[in-house]
Amino acid sequence: MKQTKSTEMLVGMFIAAGLAALFVLAMKVSNLSTLSTGESYQLIARFENIGGLKVRSPVTVGGVLVGRVSAIDYDNERFQAVVTLDIEEKYNRFPEDTSASIFTSGLLGEQYVGLEPGGLEEVLTDGSQIELTQSAIIIEKLVSKFLFDRAAEGGTE
Amino acid sequence: MLEWIRELGRGGFRYFEKLGRSTLFLIKTLAGIPAVLARPGLLVAQLLSVGVLSLLIITVSGLFVGMVLALQGYNTLVDFGAEESLGVVVSLSIVRELGPVVTALLFAGRAGSALTAEIGLMKATEQLSGMEMMAVDPIHRVIAPRFLAGFLSMPLLAAVFSAVGIYGGFFVGVGLLGVDDGAYWSQMQAKVDLYDDVLNGVIKSVVFGFVATWIAVFEGYDTVPTSEGVSRATTRTVVHSALAVLGLDFVLTALMFGE
Amino acid sequence: MTETSDDKGSDSLVRIRGLRYARGDRMIFDGVDLDIPRGKVTAIMGPSGTGKTTLLRLIGGQLCPHEGSIRVDGQEVPELGRGELYRLRQRMGMLFQSGALLTDLSVFENVAFPLREHTRLPESMVRGLVLMKLQAVGLRGARHLMPSELSGGMARRVALARAIALDPMMIMYDEPFTGQDPISKGALVQLIRLLNDALGLTSIIVSHDVQETAAISDYMYVISGGKVIGAGTPQQLEGTDSDWVKQFMQGLPDGPVPFHYPAPEYVDDLLQRDTGSAR
Repeated sequence: MKQTKSTEMLVGMFIAAGLAALFVLAMKVSNLSTLSTGESYQLIARFENIGGLKVRSPVTVGGVLVGRVSAIDYDNERFQAVVTLDIEEKYNRFPEDTSASIFTSGLLGEQYVGLEPGGLEEVLTDGSQIELTQSAIIIEKLVSKFLFDRAAEGGTE
Repeated sequence: MLEWIRELGRGGFRYFEKLGRSTLFLIKTLAGIPAVLARPGLLVAQLLSVGVLSLLIITVSGLFVGMVLALQGYNTLVDFGAEESLGVVVSLSIVRELGPVVTALLFAGRAGSALTAEIGLMKATEQLSGMEMMAVDPIHRVIAPRFLAGFLSMPLLAAVFSAVGIYGGFFVGVGLLGVDDGAYWSQMQAKVDLYDDVLNGVIKSVVFGFVATWIAVFEGYDTVPTSEGVSRATTRTVVHSALAVLGLDFVLTALMFGE
Repeated sequence: MTETSDDKGSDSLVRIRGLRYARGDRMIFDGVDLDIPRGKVTAIMGPSGTGKTTLLRLIGGQLCPHEGSIRVDGQEVPELGRGELYRLRQRMGMLFQSGALLTDLSVFENVAFPLREHTRLPESMVRGLVLMKLQAVGLRGARHLMPSELSGGMARRVALARAIALDPMMIMYDEPFTGQDPISKGALVQLIRLLNDALGLTSIIVSHDVQETAAISDYMYVISGGKVIGAGTPQQLEGTDSDWVKQFMQGLPDGPVPFHYPAPEYVDDLLQRDTGSAR
């Protein structure tokens, strides 16, 4: 089979274009670039209720992404959800009295863990537990509480 | 009535016969692939006609699909004040669904029908039979390189479609409708997962490439060797590939994204 | 079939005994015995639709007979494995009715095709061989043309050059003269005879062109209705007593092969309202 240089060239360009497109999809479109590949350490937080938190949900401090949720488990003894957070190594100076809360981005957005640093000298190290936590806000609970309170007020009048 | 049932049974047998024939054909084709790899020249020639010549229609379609998605998505999202999420809407729809599916449909129409017609004509003009008499197995020499080329081209074409589509959405969303540049990309990167979305899209296109090319080369090889037979086979290729791709898409989506 | 085991060196290259082959319900061959002598041009003749092409495909192992034996050079073709069959086919050339040139390759590449597929010859040697074969059929100057640019006769000559590219022991011609103008017909007639004698080939011609075939063949078989109904040298067949063979050889419109397709009596048919007219 005779083959001209231009055939080879066109096919080579086609393959290169396809691979470049795959690269774009991986790097520019997907979360690969935001995925921390560097060193990380783990913190543990216990919540009464985690709402819609999932593995790989973001962990932020002051709105900056510092890590992701790496595991969610349930403690049968204390009846609490145990959430393991993967925090990037370079953010390793959180005080011991840092608090963790579960927030919702926007009204209908996904849920994430927000950390708020405290004021103690000692810092959290790999495997430490965050003592101060605030569970996810469940809208149904809020609404029913609100209605209950209004009903109670109405009753006293 | 009896005749009707008999005809139904006969049709059923014919269907199974064809299914069996195509499977045996596939096995023979796969067995011929090592021989193709030993002669990359054959593969390159087919990559040119199957892949490169489909590139234009794929690129143009991808661009327009991305642009339309951005327009439609923007009009809906703006009601919720969520036009920042345009990048997510465009990229997820393209990477997960439209990229692999539309590419496979276009591929069946452009490359699949051409493959069937080419192989069918080779059969009708006794070229395949002539090769056999020259002690050259046409499945190794003609079918296997075409099959491999189609199978390899599809994921690349789908990737090109997706990438171009996302840039088409960027062009309309950011360039014309005024969505924030940074929000378009950052929201996209936050929501599109490399494994769940991009990789699953690639897997889909690999499966579609396999099936669509298989149908195309089999219909060509199984053609009734007349001009009428070739034209019927070409039509069948497009119809069967489209149905197979859409049906498989449902199954694959259910497997991959259903939780 | 007792004597067939040691016919490798005998005079007949192809020996067919008791061949039966049916397509669907229709019997194409019903007990055919044939011998193709080595080094000769043998013609197999018969009206259209008697399965002459099928016979060549049976010899080439592309079809399998339902009964009977087909031996080529001492090998029982229907029983050969794939590898052996392919090795045997490398020693057979076949010229298809349409030429069966590969449309995406030039004339040169078409002739080079079997060489490239089956040998590892250096490019310079391939070129030399191809030019030699093309010179033999008089088309060395047409080597850059594509098959679509050739006339029917030229395409067949290129196919012939391709068939002899590997120096086979025999060539089968499927209707080589059909649809040719007198000049290319003449050229082909001469080529077949010349190549046969110069290369020491065995040639089998399947045809219904009586004059041209009779002019070059050493031996002829006439097949009709799935049986051999006449055999002999062209001269013997000219002087045959068989009405059928006479009708075929001389091209008479009516005879044992009726002019009319079987039908009810003409007068009855005209008077009756035909139920089958819609078909």
